[in-house]
Amino acid sequence: MADQPLIYARGLVKRFGEFTAVDGIDLDVAPGEAFGFLGPNGAGKSSTMRMIGCVSTPTTGELRILGMDAVHDGPRIRARLGVCPQLDNLDPDLTVRENLVTYARYFGLSRAESRRRADELLEFVQLGDRAGGKVEPLSGGMKRRLTIARAMVNDPDLVLLDEPTTGLDPQARHLLWERLFRLKQRGTTLVLTTHYMDEAEQLCDRLVVMDGGRIVAEGSPRSLIETYSTAEVVEVRFPGMPEAGPRFAAALEGVGKRVDPLPDRVLVYVDDGDAALAEIHRRGLEPSSVLVRRSTLEDVFLHLTGRTLVD
Amino acid sequence: MAVTRGVHPTIAVLERHLTLYRRLWQASVFSSFVLPVLFLLSIGIGVGGYIGRVQGVDYLSWIVPGVLASTAFQIAVGESTYSVLGDFKWVRAYHAMRATPVGPADMVRGHLLYLVFRVTIAVVAFLVVVVFFGGLHSPWALVTPLVCAFLTVSVAAPVMAFAATIDHDSYFSLLFRLVALPSTLFAGVFFPVEQLTAVLRPLAYASPLWHAVELCRAATLGRAPAWPALVHVGCLLLWAAAGLFLAVRAFRRKLED
Amino acid sequence: MVTTLVASRVSPGRVGAVIGRNVGALRSGPSYWIVLLSGFFEPLLYLLSIGVGVGALVGDLTVDGRTMSYASFVAPAMLAVSAMSGALAETTFNFFFKLKYMKTFEAVLATPVRPIEIAVGELVWAIVRGSLYTAIFLVVMVAMGLAEPGWAVAAFPATVLVGLAFGGLGMAVSTLMRGWQDFDLMGTGQFALFLFSGTFSPVQDYPVGVEVLIQITPLYHAVELVRGLCMGVLEWGLLGHAVYLAALAGAGVWFASRRLTRVLCD
Ligand SMILES: Nc1ncnc2c1ncn2[C@@H]1O[C@H](COP(=O)(O)OP(=O)(O)OP(=O)(O)O)[C@@H](O)[C@H]1O
Ligand SMILES: [Mg+2]
Repeated sequence: MADQPLIYARGLVKRFGEFTAVDGIDLDVAPGEAFGFLGPNGAGKSSTMRMIGCVSTPTTGELRILGMDAVHDGPRIRARLGVCPQLDNLDPDLTVRENLVTYARYFGLSRAESRRRADELLEFVQLGDRAGGKVEPLSGGMKRRLTIARAMVNDPDLVLLDEPTTGLDPQARHLLWERLFRLKQRGTTLVLTTHYMDEAEQLCDRLVVMDGGRIVAEGSPRSLIETYSTAEVVEVRFPGMPEAGPRFAAALEGVGKRVDPLPDRVLVYVDDGDAALAEIHRRGLEPSSVLVRRSTLEDVFLHLTGRTLVD
Repeated sequence: MAVTRGVHPTIAVLERHLTLYRRLWQASVFSSFVLPVLFLLSIGIGVGGYIGRVQGVDYLSWIVPGVLASTAFQIAVGESTYSVLGDFKWVRAYHAMRATPVGPADMVRGHLLYLVFRVTIAVVAFLVVVVFFGGLHSPWALVTPLVCAFLTVSVAAPVMAFAATIDHDSYFSLLFRLVALPSTLFAGVFFPVEQLTAVLRPLAYASPLWHAVELCRAATLGRAPAWPALVHVGCLLLWAAAGLFLAVRAFRRKLED
Repeated sequence: MVTTLVASRVSPGRVGAVIGRNVGALRSGPSYWIVLLSGFFEPLLYLLSIGVGVGALVGDLTVDGRTMSYASFVAPAMLAVSAMSGALAETTFNFFFKLKYMKTFEAVLATPVRPIEIAVGELVWAIVRGSLYTAIFLVVMVAMGLAEPGWAVAAFPATVLVGLAFGGLGMAVSTLMRGWQDFDLMGTGQFALFLFSGTFSPVQDYPVGVEVLIQITPLYHAVELVRGLCMGVLEWGLLGHAVYLAALAGAGVWFASRRLTRVLCD
């Protein structure tokens, strides 16, 4: 099964009544890969994830997970998946440890094995000292870590993470990234959605950008930047923005490959930032602030969807 | 496959409920044990003091099996309403199970097994108390927990189907007041259904509680039930089968999107 | 004394606002009329089952030398119970929910409304809801020939007093509740009152110790007052029951508003 894609989708569609949430997408995720979904709110990321998790039936299209048919082999597929849904659904009346043990039993693990896995995973996500406490008083980040630990309780071949780090503080996010990276090193296939470009760049070997239920771009973070953006970006602010924005944007035309006026600043996509800066000054423009930086996925995203990520 | 099969998913669901129960059982002592005894004291002994013999026995002995079955009925209804709706709506425990090999049928069956467990404890405790009141007249009383287990499934399954269908808990007060309470009060627990007007009697006959009350009464008094015992059991099984079908279907629908 | 004290501090307009909030919240729920009206079925079903059904087994009952049908003995008690449960439903479960979880009162107290006005407003609302049930129940009693129309009219104000007493008590208890588990305890207590307060059999026939114990509890006085009026038996004892209930109402409101002040304003 090594060469067969772990996730294979062709023409995958999900409709809710008249509304089309996922509009015919194709996917191939290889074993051991870390695969990401980017896209603005409502793009259809979670809808796709739920179909991959075999909890939502595709309206049309073909979907095979782990070599099995998603519609007919749901229970057998789910036995080998770990799912961290967008919204936590931990059992608030059970303790932290009981949450894991109970969940492990759903997968048919023996009682002893369930306890062993629970303790191991609590250490893994650094919640060992909270094992006997209730779930309710945990902080948002701790709950998220517990949900991720729960997703790994059956030692899954494929882990689905829907916005694993949304709402976490920087420390908690870095801890989680580190843990997910270790999982990936062990050969676990990761599929995640995120609104954080740095997260996508850190964790994903390959990603797709979704918008309006369709895939609008696909590739590694680097190749996406090369394809859809330039090497560097110059961010300039002018006095009198946002009213004066379009005027300055027009004046900047031709400095780089592309000019993008935002409410508070103008982005100029260029191959060489310093050369572009010289050109701006040569044209007699006097920005109130200037920043030259490398292109990021954020720029790709902005270009493809016309929106910033966190809107 | 990485996972070794150790436990059936239905049993895993049952275990979740038992784990929760271990934490909450104190709260249920009153509703499932103290209340039936109070009922027995007030109506059976208090009001019974003004009543001669009913169908050939003293009133206390006559209503003991009724209160017994209605205790099972109360637990079956009470524990299949808010907790089921809550596990869909607030706790989302069923959504969590949905992402595992646990299927809707496992969820329904696991919950029903848990209720049978709850009912058996309450019914046995009640029987022990009743022995001291001299309310049991036949060793057949030993089969009443089994009858109550049948009753539990035949009542809890359709109620679970209802709970998984509605989206707001205020509909439960309709269920309690328009279905559950009339069943308790008119299905032969406190007075013979023959006293009901001919129009209402079929409703009592349709109620699973009446069949269980008849079976329990036959058992504790050591005589034949109103209809052949197999017919009563058949009616309970019919309710159970229909309820199971509806509940599994309702769970599946609620969880698919 | 209590009334003047309360009157000097309570603004009808602000109390009205508290009541209005309740009406608005009720309207927003689904099928609220059915849910509201179905609350009335509970005592009616008990009347039909125990009063009429078991009553047929009991035959006639002789209490204090008067002989009556068992149904007409039980009916006034169910009327009092109806007033009690209408008032308690609103002032315990719903009141606690608003206090603890919805933080409704905290929001209300950010306005000029005072704790005592919340208490009075909630109580009036509880009475309105409870009275809806008792009024319908009285009509049913008259229709079933269990009460004379004239005495039914006389009994109505008594049911309002019963509602006030249990409303006040319920609110006071709610402010002491620690969590939902306490409601199980309260529900059991309420059910015990329901079963033993001279509702289904005359308390005179209980053992003396039990009888005295029952005479301390509020539902007993409610049942005796309402039963006396429904049967047209006017005695001085009724006044005693009425004073007991009025005192309970006053003490309940006073205690609840003091606790509310402590819980919310500190
Ligand atoms: N169960 C449902 N019923 C009806 N519409 C739905 C349902 N689930 C999702 N949708 C709709 O489908 C669209 C895609 O939703 P989805 O949750 O997949 O978006 P998303 O990309 O995950 O967005 P977000 O970043 O906000 O999580 C949205 O317009 C949403 O309203
Ligand atoms: Mg989403």
